[in-house]
Amino acid sequence: MTAALELRDVTRRFGSTTVLDQVSVRIEPGSFTALLGASGCGKSTSLRIMSGLDRPTSGDVLLGGSNVGEKSAYERNVAMVFQSYALYPHLSVAQNIALPLTMRHLSPLGRLPVIGSLVPGTVAARRTIMRQVTESADALGLTELLNRKPGSLSGGQKQRVALGRALVRDPSLFLLDEPLSNLDARLRIRMRSEITALHRSTGKAFVYVTHDQTEAMAMADQIVVMIGGRVAQAGSPRELYERPNHRDVAAFIGHHAINFLQPGDGMEAGDSIVGIRPEDLTPDESGALVAQLESAEYLGSEVIMSLRTRQGTQVRSIAHGDYAVPAPGTGVRLGYHARKVHVFDPITGQRREAGA
Amino acid sequence: MRLSLDGRQALTDLWLVAPATLALVLFIFVPVAIVAVLSFSDYQFGAPTFNWIGTENYLTLFSSTIGRRAVTNTLLYVAIVIPFSVGAGLIVATGIHRMAGWAPRLSNLMKTIYFLPVAATLVAMSVAWQMVLHPSLGIVNQTLASLGGQPQNWLSDRGLVLYTLAMIGIWQSIGYNMILFLAGLAAIPPELYDAAEIDGAGGAWSRFWTVTWPMLGPTTLFVMVITATNAFRVFETVATMTGGGPAFASDTLVHALYREGFVYFKAGYASALTMVFFAFLLALTALQLRVVERKVHYR
Repeated sequence: MTAALELRDVTRRFGSTTVLDQVSVRIEPGSFTALLGASGCGKSTSLRIMSGLDRPTSGDVLLGGSNVGEKSAYERNVAMVFQSYALYPHLSVAQNIALPLTMRHLSPLGRLPVIGSLVPGTVAARRTIMRQVTESADALGLTELLNRKPGSLSGGQKQRVALGRALVRDPSLFLLDEPLSNLDARLRIRMRSEITALHRSTGKAFVYVTHDQTEAMAMADQIVVMIGGRVAQAGSPRELYERPNHRDVAAFIGHHAINFLQPGDGMEAGDSIVGIRPEDLTPDESGALVAQLESAEYLGSEVIMSLRTRQGTQVRSIAHGDYAVPAPGTGVRLGYHARKVHVFDPITGQRREAGA
Repeated sequence: MRLSLDGRQALTDLWLVAPATLALVLFIFVPVAIVAVLSFSDYQFGAPTFNWIGTENYLTLFSSTIGRRAVTNTLLYVAIVIPFSVGAGLIVATGIHRMAGWAPRLSNLMKTIYFLPVAATLVAMSVAWQMVLHPSLGIVNQTLASLGGQPQNWLSDRGLVLYTLAMIGIWQSIGYNMILFLAGLAAIPPELYDAAEIDGAGGAWSRFWTVTWPMLGPTTLFVMVITATNAFRVFETVATMTGGGPAFASDTLVHALYREGFVYFKAGYASALTMVFFAFLLALTALQLRVVERKVHYR
């Protein structure tokens, strides 16, 4: 099956700095892909290259199997949602959503107010556009706001208008550039499920740029982790969580930051660095690792404990909420399953198969 | 006795606004009021007495040919300068703003060149313009002649002189408007252009009408108000190059005001001219703020 979009060995340089280095990404039709990485890792540049707003220095962009290197953003018919919403402040919500359609279906003369209606076909086209706008607005619960200006809307409403503008044009691909970063935490969770619902109802491929691994894990079926302008790992959320192929990927994925133990800390694997997630490291009377308790945070359902190994490395462990936390300074025995242990090369950071 | 908290805060507010208010009243409102009162008198500078003559000064101003000339000339001048100066300022600013992307040095150089007339003394520049527009030696007429055109008396032809002055007025104000528009252009968020490109409004023409022009609304309003007030005050070029002539063909309100007040010492009449000048400025600014402001701050 041809990919909805494919980047092949895309390199992008600005002057002497290489922002993207041989990036290859494959986006399946109907999939939800998250480009995940810290700021400056090249994820937004990748998105801009996918959209056609930016051109690669070398490498190919394929849309539905054909090379679109020479096509403008508009010709690619991709929809894009921006972090800052990028709504036109002088246009009403309805006009904002309608803009891609008026640009497509009306002649430059027909777009003019008053005179425009004299151009043949304009009235009919405007009616069709209004119907499509109303449909999109209904889907996003914007019907009441159609006559308002963006300036009078809340952040969540603005983002919904931006989604409406993307939705109305029936694009080949949706590109979302950190769309939820400017919203408060509660709204972000709500919009998250709205975007997932939108993805399901349109059936189109979504590419979603974020620096928030929770968002990526919750929404995507493919996560592309980018580090320093390269693709560090691409795979399903489960794959990335269970088998990170690099210690940086392991550090990025997971709600609680993973523990890294050096040789001598009590979990030995030759000269390798051992990674174990806090949720996989629990108090256990027959556990192999002994560490001294420093502090504990009781969160109801769980207790997050900060401990130090005999070498002084800090580790965190998560215990069930009913665990009786001993006094700080006490030595605690911690247990883990061997298959939850990740082993990384101390120099390159690459994953090593445990026991190898 | 100790004042309540509200009382003390009110007192602080009073202390803070009092100096500015006092200065405003003393140096602006009082002089304007005096001028307004004088405009109903026949007072002459240095005269020991004066008589109240009602609205006679205003009647003279609007019924005499010379008075009407000054008013219509000023209005015509303003009507020419505003659109061309604002339009050209915007075009130049857009060009320089885009140029900054691929030739930053050249763009800065152009910026400086366009700004020179603003920084230069207009009186000194008038001398240069007089040379450029000289009927026989001037470069304009020589160029015209070499192209087979008819040389013109730019500053002494009654039908041309006001347009010549308006042209110099435009030349002088473009640089200032350009700087204001450049600031406005720099404040437009780049994502809007990205969004416009995605939405199919990526061509130069649609980019301008979808993003640039609407986003420059507040700047344009400000530029128009500034240009209008400066155009209404036109004086230096008139005084140095034409003296209001020939036959009052380039006489303007402020120039007439100067002549009547400081050459003929007719303080009463000059006051009436001042009041008319004020009224025009006030009306224009109010109109621009009322009508346009509602349309530029999209709420």
